[in-house]
Amino acid sequence: MATKNIMIVGVGGQGTLLTSRILGGLATAGGYDVKLSEVHGMAQRGGSVVTFVRYGEKVAEPIVEEGMADVLIAFERLEALRYAHFLKKDGALIVNDWRIDPIPVVIGAEEYPKGIIETLKKEHKVYTVNATEESKKLGKPKVFNLVVLGIAAQHMDFSKEEWYRVIEDTVPPKTIEINKKAFDAGYRIVSE
Amino acid sequence: MSEKKKVIMLGNEAIARGAYEAGVKVSAAYPGTPSTEISEYLVQYQDDLYCEWSPNEKVATEVAIGASVAGVRAMSCMKHVGFNVAADPAYTVSYMGVNGGLVIVVADDPGLYSSQNEQDTRMVARAAQLPVLEPSDSFEAKEFMKQAFELSEQFDRPFVFRTTTRLAHSQGVVELGERKEAADKPYEKNIKKTVMMPANAKLRHVEIEKRNLELAEAANTLSVNRVEMNDTKIGVITSGIPYQYVKESLPKASVLKLGMVHPLPRKLIEEFAAKVEKLYIIEELDPVIEEQVKSWGIKAIGKEIFTVQGEYSANMIRQAVLLEKLELGTPAKVPVRPPILCPGCPHRSVYYVVKKLGLHVAGDIGCYTLGAVAPLSVVDTTICMGASISSLHGMEKAKGKDYIKNWVAAIGDSTFLHTGVNSLMNMVYNKATGTVLILDNSTTGMTGHQDHAATGKTLQGDPTYAVDIPALCKAIGVKNVTEVNAFDLETLEKVIKEEVAKDEVSVIITKTPCVLLSKGKKPLYAALEDKCKKCGMCMKPGCPAMTRRQDGTVSIDDTMCTGCGLCKDLCKFGAIELVKAGDR
Repeated sequence: MATKNIMIVGVGGQGTLLTSRILGGLATAGGYDVKLSEVHGMAQRGGSVVTFVRYGEKVAEPIVEEGMADVLIAFERLEALRYAHFLKKDGALIVNDWRIDPIPVVIGAEEYPKGIIETLKKEHKVYTVNATEESKKLGKPKVFNLVVLGIAAQHMDFSKEEWYRVIEDTVPPKTIEINKKAFDAGYRIVSE
Repeated sequence: MSEKKKVIMLGNEAIARGAYEAGVKVSAAYPGTPSTEISEYLVQYQDDLYCEWSPNEKVATEVAIGASVAGVRAMSCMKHVGFNVAADPAYTVSYMGVNGGLVIVVADDPGLYSSQNEQDTRMVARAAQLPVLEPSDSFEAKEFMKQAFELSEQFDRPFVFRTTTRLAHSQGVVELGERKEAADKPYEKNIKKTVMMPANAKLRHVEIEKRNLELAEAANTLSVNRVEMNDTKIGVITSGIPYQYVKESLPKASVLKLGMVHPLPRKLIEEFAAKVEKLYIIEELDPVIEEQVKSWGIKAIGKEIFTVQGEYSANMIRQAVLLEKLELGTPAKVPVRPPILCPGCPHRSVYYVVKKLGLHVAGDIGCYTLGAVAPLSVVDTTICMGASISSLHGMEKAKGKDYIKNWVAAIGDSTFLHTGVNSLMNMVYNKATGTVLILDNSTTGMTGHQDHAATGKTLQGDPTYAVDIPALCKAIGVKNVTEVNAFDLETLEKVIKEEVAKDEVSVIITKTPCVLLSKGKKPLYAALEDKCKKCGMCMKPGCPAMTRRQDGTVSIDDTMCTGCGLCKDLCKFGAIELVKAGDR
């Protein structure tokens, strides 16, 4: 198979590192060669962060180039818009319909763009969910990224059982059930 | 033979694993992105080796040198700018050579993800005449570490192991091997090799020049340097992460992939160059390989078409070498999202007061560097570890004590112990009058919470003596040492005013743990729409958990608020109230 290119974008502190561990675990368990690239350090402090995941028979570079992403998973709307040009023409864009103001907006120097989802839909296949609200319903807002992954799972090459297994291996033992529930919640939702 | 177990590892994890498998006995490091995780992964092998956080990279490297002299395999780890701090021992251990294998791991940061400059470690290593290995993915990172120790002992040279952010923070598949215990070498006194006074060093200089020539000759046949002959129209010499971009963008090209980037294998390069029609040299940052190759009269294309700044990519190579016109989408014009202080960060509160008092800040390296950006915008200078205190001192000596009455230095606890303490000693010694804020959040924050000499815990998790920072300042001779809670706005303002006015050195320690360290239940605040007067007072410190509703009233994001209460303390109208109590 051709190398699959996945990107996860969000705001530092939103758990992109956990997500990348899950995706890396999936690809390894699936017997693929895999490379991931993530952001640590200063950029993680509330900045815009990107994780690249590539898997296939043989993977060279650990980054996804512009215009090459099969799936773009965005944990926040504005970040979806920022990186949408990385998508292939028929790539899938999964967006957590959630807003976190960047500092220029907090201080009133710039406006948070309006109608982001509509703008994105003009050019891309967009799947949205308010994962943060969904996960609040489950009683743990932090597991929102598993809700998003539940949707993304439908655009990747792994069975639900494989996802479950890697979630069990990756998240802290006490949180396995809630994370699986969050994944299920996303898996059930398909909106376009 | 059974098949080796394959697992996916971060580059830094693979380096730690490689060190473990190589039989390393001692490792010392100071945290620095992108090198920090090496030690954090290494500590899992503490039954077989010793590892520590040292107060700075110079100390760490000297610890490793001592272990090597004693006869075991040893290493130190740091980021590129940390290598400057370690330069003093590094340049001289180069003359000494090794007893047990010695490797200095240095992580560069092309693209400046988390650094103050973009220096190229290969340049520094060349100046110190230290050989350099450079892997191109996690698999090689682990294997090359083992090679580095072998070569170090074989050629009696300390090795630099160079990585970059993209390698350190990428994951890839590695094959697990067994640890091979390296036999402890006996220590035999030999001052000609270990006492670097002029008479001995003179002779060692001759010796290491000879060793480097031997190593350069051996490099022609070392397995870390390999030729991948393919179509000969395009030949590329490359190393490290750029090798992966070359494989992605020029799959048909012939490639000479260098695993040892100093010294270079001249014969191998000359032979390769003769076989290809057009030779490109593709290396991130400085033209280290290129300048040497060109100096041998070999025609090649390098920095004429490639930048010396930032990271490369396959697309960049496609455009520069193949002249492909890529049809790329246009990025949307959106507000930038730079890193910021976390919601509930104690630095925000301190900086708010400093800003209110109209003070300038001689800043330092850590999360609190972020006080330079809007809306706080209080930090005037950021140079290197420890420079806040010494540069404030320099300002006073330049323009007098009245000039710095509206200045303070701000430095974190870990950075203070790294090199700040020398600078403070200097202030007292040379009769300065400045005020130093030690923003003590009980951890090394920016790099992801590492212990240090004042946290009471070692890297290996053992309880230990915690340096008493106030007592240390007093012992240096600072008479005015005050401790204040970072969130006590009133006291903080009063103390800063008083101390800045004094004609003596003052230290104010704002001791409040990093918000990310607190595991307890966090309180939660909410803004009341009906009481909010839209004055914006609470928004001044720039907390990212706060936004304005359509009507201009303030709203607090309940998923981000950590309950520090700074906004509540700033609101004069009682429009922000506690909705959930916590442990804070």
